[in-house]
Amino acid sequence: MLDPATTTYFDVPGYAYLWALTLLSCSLFGRQVLRYIDVLREARKENRWDKIAHRLRLFVANVLGQRRLLAEPVAGVAHFIIFWAFVLYALTFGWNLVRGLLPFLPIPWSDDVHGIALALELFAVLGLVALAVVAVRRYIFPPPRLEKSLDAAVILALIALVLASSLCMQASKARSPELSLAFWWVHMVTVLGFLAYLPYSKHLHLLAAPFGVIFTSLHTTGMPATSEGAEQRQDFTWRQLFSGLACAECGRCDRVCPSVGSGYALSPKVLMRQVKDAVRMSDRSQTPVRLLGDRVKPEEIWACTTCYACMERCPVFNEHLPLLIEMRRHLVLQGQVEHRIQETLTNLARYGNSFGVSPRARAKWTQGLGFTIKDARKEPVEYLWFVGDYASYDPRVIPATRAMARVLEFAGVNFGILYEDEQNAGNDVRRIGEEGLFEMLSEKNQKSLDSAYFKQIVTTDPHTYHVLKNEYPANHGDGRVLHSTELLAQLFRAGKLPVRRRPGLLITYHDPCYLSRYNGLVEAPRQVLSELGATLLELRRNRYNSYCCGAGGGRIWMEDVPGITERPAENRVREAAVLQGVRTLVVACPKDLVMFQDAIKTAGLQGKLVVKDLSELVAQSVGLMERSESNVAA
Amino acid sequence: MNILVVLRMVPDVVEELEIAPDGKSLDLEFGRMVLSESDDHALEQALLIKERSGGTVTALALEAREVDEVLFAALAKGVDRVVKITGPKEGATTREAAHSIAQVISSEPGLKGADLVLTGTQAINDLDGLMAPSLAQELSLPFLGIVTGLVPDSSAPSAVAVKEFPRGVGGEFEVALPAVFGIQAAEKPPRYVPVAKVRAVMKSQRIDSVSAAATEEPSLSLLLVLEMTKPQPTAHAEILEGSPEQTASALCGILAERGLL
Amino acid sequence: MSAEYWVVVEHWRGSVSQITYEALALGREVADQLGASLHAVLLGHNARELAATLGKADSVIYADDPQLSEVVAETYAEALVQLLKSRKPKGIIIPLTNVSLGAGTLLGARLGLPVVNFCTDVKVAEGAVQARCTLYGGKIESRVTTEREPTILGLCPGARPSEKGLSDQRPPIEDFAVSLPEPAIHLKKYIEPEAGDVDITQQEVLVAVGRGIQGQENLNLAETLAKQLRGAVCASRPVIDQGWLPISRQVGKSGATVKPKLYLALGISGAPEHAEGMKNSALIVAVNTDRSAPIFNIAHYGIVADVLEVLPALSEAIESRKGVGSHA
Repeated sequence: MLDPATTTYFDVPGYAYLWALTLLSCSLFGRQVLRYIDVLREARKENRWDKIAHRLRLFVANVLGQRRLLAEPVAGVAHFIIFWAFVLYALTFGWNLVRGLLPFLPIPWSDDVHGIALALELFAVLGLVALAVVAVRRYIFPPPRLEKSLDAAVILALIALVLASSLCMQASKARSPELSLAFWWVHMVTVLGFLAYLPYSKHLHLLAAPFGVIFTSLHTTGMPATSEGAEQRQDFTWRQLFSGLACAECGRCDRVCPSVGSGYALSPKVLMRQVKDAVRMSDRSQTPVRLLGDRVKPEEIWACTTCYACMERCPVFNEHLPLLIEMRRHLVLQGQVEHRIQETLTNLARYGNSFGVSPRARAKWTQGLGFTIKDARKEPVEYLWFVGDYASYDPRVIPATRAMARVLEFAGVNFGILYEDEQNAGNDVRRIGEEGLFEMLSEKNQKSLDSAYFKQIVTTDPHTYHVLKNEYPANHGDGRVLHSTELLAQLFRAGKLPVRRRPGLLITYHDPCYLSRYNGLVEAPRQVLSELGATLLELRRNRYNSYCCGAGGGRIWMEDVPGITERPAENRVREAAVLQGVRTLVVACPKDLVMFQDAIKTAGLQGKLVVKDLSELVAQSVGLMERSESNVAA
Repeated sequence: MNILVVLRMVPDVVEELEIAPDGKSLDLEFGRMVLSESDDHALEQALLIKERSGGTVTALALEAREVDEVLFAALAKGVDRVVKITGPKEGATTREAAHSIAQVISSEPGLKGADLVLTGTQAINDLDGLMAPSLAQELSLPFLGIVTGLVPDSSAPSAVAVKEFPRGVGGEFEVALPAVFGIQAAEKPPRYVPVAKVRAVMKSQRIDSVSAAATEEPSLSLLLVLEMTKPQPTAHAEILEGSPEQTASALCGILAERGLL
Repeated sequence: MSAEYWVVVEHWRGSVSQITYEALALGREVADQLGASLHAVLLGHNARELAATLGKADSVIYADDPQLSEVVAETYAEALVQLLKSRKPKGIIIPLTNVSLGAGTLLGARLGLPVVNFCTDVKVAEGAVQARCTLYGGKIESRVTTEREPTILGLCPGARPSEKGLSDQRPPIEDFAVSLPEPAIHLKKYIEPEAGDVDITQQEVLVAVGRGIQGQENLNLAETLAKQLRGAVCASRPVIDQGWLPISRQVGKSGATVKPKLYLALGISGAPEHAEGMKNSALIVAVNTDRSAPIFNIAHYGIVADVLEVLPALSEAIESRKGVGSHA
């Protein structure tokens, strides 16, 4: 076997060339990586080193286990193979490089070790097959939003070359040592070249992604810590900027984004690209690198519904939402918000609700129920029902709220409300970027909560649920906050809700973003539906893949922009309408109720599909619905 | 340009208004106060002028419930100084208020030499007169109301003001300064001021308090309110009930009967 | 000296405003009840012919001055101050519109006279004049009287039908000389709004849209309906302010006053500023989701529903009716 390190070429030993190439490659690589690190160091600090054990577990599942990638099975399995091939080849390359640079070391070449050689050959073959699969997917059956860039093509070619050259090297070892040696050099040079090219390409995700996973946010909220927002590159935190570096431009975020689906200005993938470009921008000109305004336009920033689908899907754990919210905060602090948002925020500050109606009318929905709901400010209750704006004021939602009240009363639940002392919980205010207003609302609400006596808080509104449970410091983390579906499930289990009339309907259920993705609450509503005897046909995109109705992130308060192809809610009701025999779409969120009722009309599905709140179904099944209040029965 | 903006708090009509037991006035205990809408526009116009041509903006308001929030918000928007006038009772009429405010403007240092005095063109409770012309008379300054555009020229000093006439017609006036303007609408809608900024201003800046001399004159308004009521509508539309299709059909029938189809 | 009651004539760009006739009708009633003579005060320049239609008054007091060729509150107030030096009416009605706003207050402030704004009706009780005033955006009504004369009443449009203020008799004209100082305020020019293709005051059918139309993209529904009814689309102020329609389409205090055969108020709440521009329409039909919206107090028929549902339903109903009928 010829030794590449000691073989001479033009009277110079191989290891000398190897040293030269290695130093060149490392310096090119190092230079760019150090530039990135400089940019990150200039950015805002953020602590992502807590709970190391938890982080390492995430690393094992998501980097070693490639978990999120497997959600798209074909690409996922192929990538899994390529990933592990890469790990193996990286290790053996390192080994070979050391041996090649220091030929006096008494160690064999990695591929001369029998077991390793076998593994290398096996993975080379598997890897080449996997590459073929992904190439076919990329060029013949591309999924939407996948960018067929030159960069990507180059990488596929380089990986193929690495694997093929290794195979050829092994294959020709016995028959032609010179050829084998040549392939060895091809392999080493390709890898060294790849290393130098790495930080300039999207393949930087190789290095960055594992760190992205390790330094991920341990709270599922997409909400950055309170700040004054961000406009220029260094205003963002290092982790927010890091997302740009780790992005592999796979397009998974865009494929699930309701803004992209409807033709709004926002594309999460393009956003990541802007961040990457901004990080790459050299500082030589002394003018600050501006993200907001120069690269990212306000229309894009305001188009987000904060549904969390992008972050849920992203295999490298990128943080699209915090970037958008930081920029929203900046725009809000500058007073640059569109007219309808301004009106809504002013109403919220003044009247504690987004409707601009007197706070004294908040509990008007309780009139005529036939019983009085306890005032939790005056007497202790077991469950404090935090009703929420839409459930209290919107005439399309009030029937569902009343249905819930009747169900709770019937089941003998000891519950009360805060009447006029309840204000908007502030979830969407925070998502719009008005931190000061959120502070004000949450202070007022916390004061009201503090002066009432209760054991648990329950709400029908997932946005309210999320923010009370996760972002009100006093409640943080403890099991005090329930969504109404959880309480209903408990009541059914305890036998408190004897179902008299089983609907026997064929229904489908839409998972609210703030229950499913944000809080993992997907089973309780399904338990309730099964207790009702309903047959549930799942929507194609269900549970954590649920498709947003488009109301979140304050979008329900914003003007419709012209030129959109199909609103998210219309898309969703059409998805429900294709299910054979299903005529009822069940929801568990007041905003979903409003959005889908509208969408059914604008999508022309009246008479074919009806949307009902889960509480109304329960009330009907227990025999409690008032005739005048139920929607036209499905 | 030194600009004075006169702000007034009026009862918020979003809340139910209640009549006081004497049957002649509003029960102010019940309701909330809000900044008069066109005063908000006057403030915005003042800030726009300051941003364009420099100068100072001072906001004045009579003491009232919730006026502090409004004054702090004005500071957060960029007003240089805010003055709260104490003395006159809550529920003073527009002319009584104008008198007290004019008195303070004439006597308080720093307020006298204003080039522009801006206030809203009309408020919902201007029963005994409008603020802008009342102020103008008290200060012996010229007055122009229903202004939607205002461009001052410090060289003359004068200003070009656009007044709104019917049918969307605008009248361009040249006004010698100093003068009082009743603003109908600012060039841009009043800006949003984030809560965080207002809270920061509450900690770092202050409201100047000035007392107006107690007036011994008899009521300036000269009006006698005999009775105040909440109007009951005398007539009401005949409501067509049913689904959109049913009501549309019924309406078609009515229109056809009248020969309108 | 017998008692007098005055109405200040509002005229603009060569024609007498409708509100003047409304004021004359009201003034006539009050003067008769007081046993006083009614005089129309006409301030202008070369405007003598305008006095011809003011016969409801017993005479027209006419002051001519170049300074009075345009309506400037300052100048009007000064002219009235001079007029009041020699004659003392019991009261003066001044229209409260975009044209005349401010003159009443200035006059009251200059002479220490009581001013009563937002009058929607005036009556005489026990020899004293009582005004009914609508305040707080229409939510409160006050009955007000004064003890000093003359009392200046700021009159809102619509207090009386303007027909009642018309007369075919030519009134006698009393000339009055005024001497007006150089004003600090000059009208330089008028800025005409962009020429609208449509004069909404000439339409027989108006489809009016308010906030309830929710967005510019829904205007086409209103346009379709307007075409079917051979009318035009107009709007309340919020829609115009948003820029969805040109200002030539605005109905209300700052816009046009219209009296079509059919006024369809879609998603309009009916606030006083809008109502005063359309309440005399022959047939008013309102659509609004809020059952307690003030528009239903002036409409003849109402539908409590979402405009965006009713509009297409209405268009369809009209289409099917046309299909059944003999002509398009």
